[in-house]
Amino acid sequence: MKYEAVIGLEIHAQLLTESKIFCGCSTKFGAAPNTNICPVCTGQPGVLPVLNKKVVEFAIKTGLALKGNIAKHSVFARKNYFYPDLPKNYQISMYELPLVVGGHMDVTVDGKAKHIGITRVHLEEDAGKLVHKGAAGLKGSTGSLVDFNRTGVPLMEIVTEPDIRSPEEAKVFMQELRNLLVYLEVCDGNMEEGSLRCDANVSVRPIGQKELGTKTEVKNMNSFKSVQKALEAEIKRQTDMLESGERIVQETRLFDDTINMTTPMRSKEEAHDYRYFPEPDLVPVEPDRKWVEEIAKTITELPGAKRSRLMKDHGLPELDATVLTDDKALADFFEECLKLYKNAKNLSNWMIGDLTAYMKAKKIGIKEINITPAQFIEMLNLIDKGTISRNSAKAVLVKMLDGGKSVNDVVAESGATQISDEGELLNIISNVMSNNTKSVSDYKIGKEQALFFLMGQVMKATKGRANPEAVKKLLIEALKK
Amino acid sequence: MELFELTAHELHAKLDKRETSAEEIVKSVLGRISKTENKVSAFMTINIDEAIIKAKEIDDYIASGKKLTPLTGIPVAIKDNMCTRGILTTASSKILRNYIPPYNATVVEKILQAGAIPIGKTNLDEFAMGSSTENSAYKVTKNPWNLGTVPGGSSGGSAACIAADEAILAFGSDTGGSIRQPASFCGVVGLKPTYGRVSRYGLIAFASSLDQIGPLTKDVTDAAIFLNAMAGHDPKDSTSVDLSVPDYRKSLIDDVKNLKIGVIKELLGEGISSSVKKSILEAAELLKKLGAKVEEVSMPTLKYGVAAYYLLATAEASSNLERYDGVKYGHRSASSDDILAMYYNTRREGFGPEVKRRIMLGTYALSAGYYDAYYLKAQKVRTLIKNDFDKAFSKFDALLSPTAPSPAFKIGEKTDDPLSMYLSDIATIPVNLAGIPAISIPCGFVNDLPVGLQIIGKAFSEEMLFRVAYTYEQNTEWHKRKPKL
Repeated sequence: MKYEAVIGLEIHAQLLTESKIFCGCSTKFGAAPNTNICPVCTGQPGVLPVLNKKVVEFAIKTGLALKGNIAKHSVFARKNYFYPDLPKNYQISMYELPLVVGGHMDVTVDGKAKHIGITRVHLEEDAGKLVHKGAAGLKGSTGSLVDFNRTGVPLMEIVTEPDIRSPEEAKVFMQELRNLLVYLEVCDGNMEEGSLRCDANVSVRPIGQKELGTKTEVKNMNSFKSVQKALEAEIKRQTDMLESGERIVQETRLFDDTINMTTPMRSKEEAHDYRYFPEPDLVPVEPDRKWVEEIAKTITELPGAKRSRLMKDHGLPELDATVLTDDKALADFFEECLKLYKNAKNLSNWMIGDLTAYMKAKKIGIKEINITPAQFIEMLNLIDKGTISRNSAKAVLVKMLDGGKSVNDVVAESGATQISDEGELLNIISNVMSNNTKSVSDYKIGKEQALFFLMGQVMKATKGRANPEAVKKLLIEALKK
Repeated sequence: MELFELTAHELHAKLDKRETSAEEIVKSVLGRISKTENKVSAFMTINIDEAIIKAKEIDDYIASGKKLTPLTGIPVAIKDNMCTRGILTTASSKILRNYIPPYNATVVEKILQAGAIPIGKTNLDEFAMGSSTENSAYKVTKNPWNLGTVPGGSSGGSAACIAADEAILAFGSDTGGSIRQPASFCGVVGLKPTYGRVSRYGLIAFASSLDQIGPLTKDVTDAAIFLNAMAGHDPKDSTSVDLSVPDYRKSLIDDVKNLKIGVIKELLGEGISSSVKKSILEAAELLKKLGAKVEEVSMPTLKYGVAAYYLLATAEASSNLERYDGVKYGHRSASSDDILAMYYNTRREGFGPEVKRRIMLGTYALSAGYYDAYYLKAQKVRTLIKNDFDKAFSKFDALLSPTAPSPAFKIGEKTDDPLSMYLSDIATIPVNLAGIPAISIPCGFVNDLPVGLQIIGKAFSEEMLFRVAYTYEQNTEWHKRKPKL
């Protein structure tokens, strides 16, 4: 029998607001433990939450970009459970009435368009962090400490419909969603650091069957690759069980990427009763329609639209357009360059090629490089003018990036300027010809190959700095004499 | 008359004329406390040194020619469920036995700005859960009128210290009657403002959708003055309402002519002592004589108030009290091997029986499978009660009822019968459920124990309540009586 997987994702995105969701504390990552805290986010007796308007704005922005409906009336609830990283022992989270209802995102997987529905987008507060003394985890530790810096950092949860059918689709969806959030400037999209997290509900059923199979929830997938791997592992586990006639148990499972398997975390019976009820300390969120319209106006071009435009208006191949738009910072750099330079494909080649290779080797992003778009274009212009050769430009670029120098400075220091001066080249050519009389005569009796040998000798004599086209032209003229 | 016997507005007049000083007032009140507190036990903490230092500062301030607010130099008692920076705040619970807040409640901040002098923190039923102050983990406060009876609760310490002249003004908080019922038992004035009129920031939450801070005072004028100082929108409390605050002193008008006043039939029936009923009907008769149009009004849904309240208030409380887990502050059980044991032991040792009872009730009401039948159903009852009040206020300017079904009961009389204790709030609870204001003023005595008249108004009609209460007070002498201590 053939099986298909049914997958729905729950994504948590940390929002890029300056302050926390219910107090004025900073959301900055990496501060000393318990320094970004106040009576509110440490759950002192008597404190009250006050909703950060920016947080609502970011979620509305996301909702609009996902083509969802912004609810006229949404309500925060309390999700009650005891855990030491949760100072109030309840989490304030939207439950029955989320801020955004519906929506969708269309992605392309293996060249085919795929429509993935969005169920809802809602807001909640993050918990703190436990630090265990004397061990990496709870096990073997001598004591535990709590860092409340992250407590109250705003989280946006995006829930998809069970429209995803393969691990590949899930991965592509996550990548596209990440790009969207980064473009909207609401989340930094960093899965490794946990500012973007993903859980999946997975079930398997025989192809053709309408009813859904029993689902499991898979957690702890902290990279795009691990989303794909975890789902592959879980689908295989479920399929194997069904094939051998076993029953799937509804439970939460953790992905362990060291063994490439999911392991049980808690069963349905152990699931908490969260005793949700409306948060009485907050009033309902009822966004003014005018405000929603204003937020809509702040949405700039999204990755899909940008990709199409780069292909249509600048004639870039799909691959180039995709690579450039996948990283918003790269796309921004590219567009800055385009203001100064016409040949989009040549620009793209250099950016995707040598520039990207450099960044990969140094493990940095485009925002961390040492040169400006204008400096980058200066280099391309020198190549186009023939002042430096394509070949020598590769080394020039590295020197520019290493030292944060302009192309002119690098060229002046290394003398890498291309030799195009006819007089200088003719001198060298005549030397080469007198030292290689055999090749000269070979050419004259029709052995065209000899020309390339002689050109090579000229290049060697100039350490590659000679302008190849000029050399070819002058050499042919000289051989005719 | 001794300074401690005076009201805030009388002391203000003396300070304004430089006939006395803040230091004299504070020392007079502290002297009174030293004589009577061993009988009354109203206070959890008394700020003797801090109050004298602060009084001297205030006197310097007055001497520098600066303008006095009505609260400048006035000693104020603060219920011990309101956070005071640097001053122990226990909510009369063992679980907060060592809690010193790092911040001030908004109302505390406001009276400090106004130049008032915090004189101490008053005893209450643990986490404001109770009607007699017997649920305090620390002490039993006595009713100054009869030391064998309770002062009411949960603001029993605040009401008793006003009745005993151990403070000039006192903060109370009222979730189901916790200001008005002790005001009634102790023969003082107590107002529960409209929900949202006064900031809750810094009030240790019992039931967030019902809690409201308000004044306990010696007369109606002081209640108006004190409310002026505490009311208003607070950006730190999203449920506080952004409405301008009128000068409540302007509503102190001795005139009820042509006001329409309804006497709630259901709150003079079964379960209400006949002597209390008699006092209320006499009060209604007096208002009628003074020109008000007084009629009986039937509000059939009020009888469901107590039942709905004990689901909603306990549900919210079960969640509000989750934060007391021994992790961050307060009591932590010494003998625990893991986190679960720490939670269990800390809460077992830290909470008293009534708090545990309410946590269990509330947890049950919110549990999967019971939510619709209990919490949701109770919310619907709440809406019906609100509707009943709306209907009544389409016809009446104010409503009358007893504040409590009986005068103060004996200490220990109801501690083994929680249900009968809960029913002592039958007349006050519907007001919290509807989010509207009500005031309790002295309207008579039964066996030398005070009886309270409750005047209820529609949302943000505190001015109407002050007007009716002031008129009644100006035409009676009850508020002038003092307990013999």
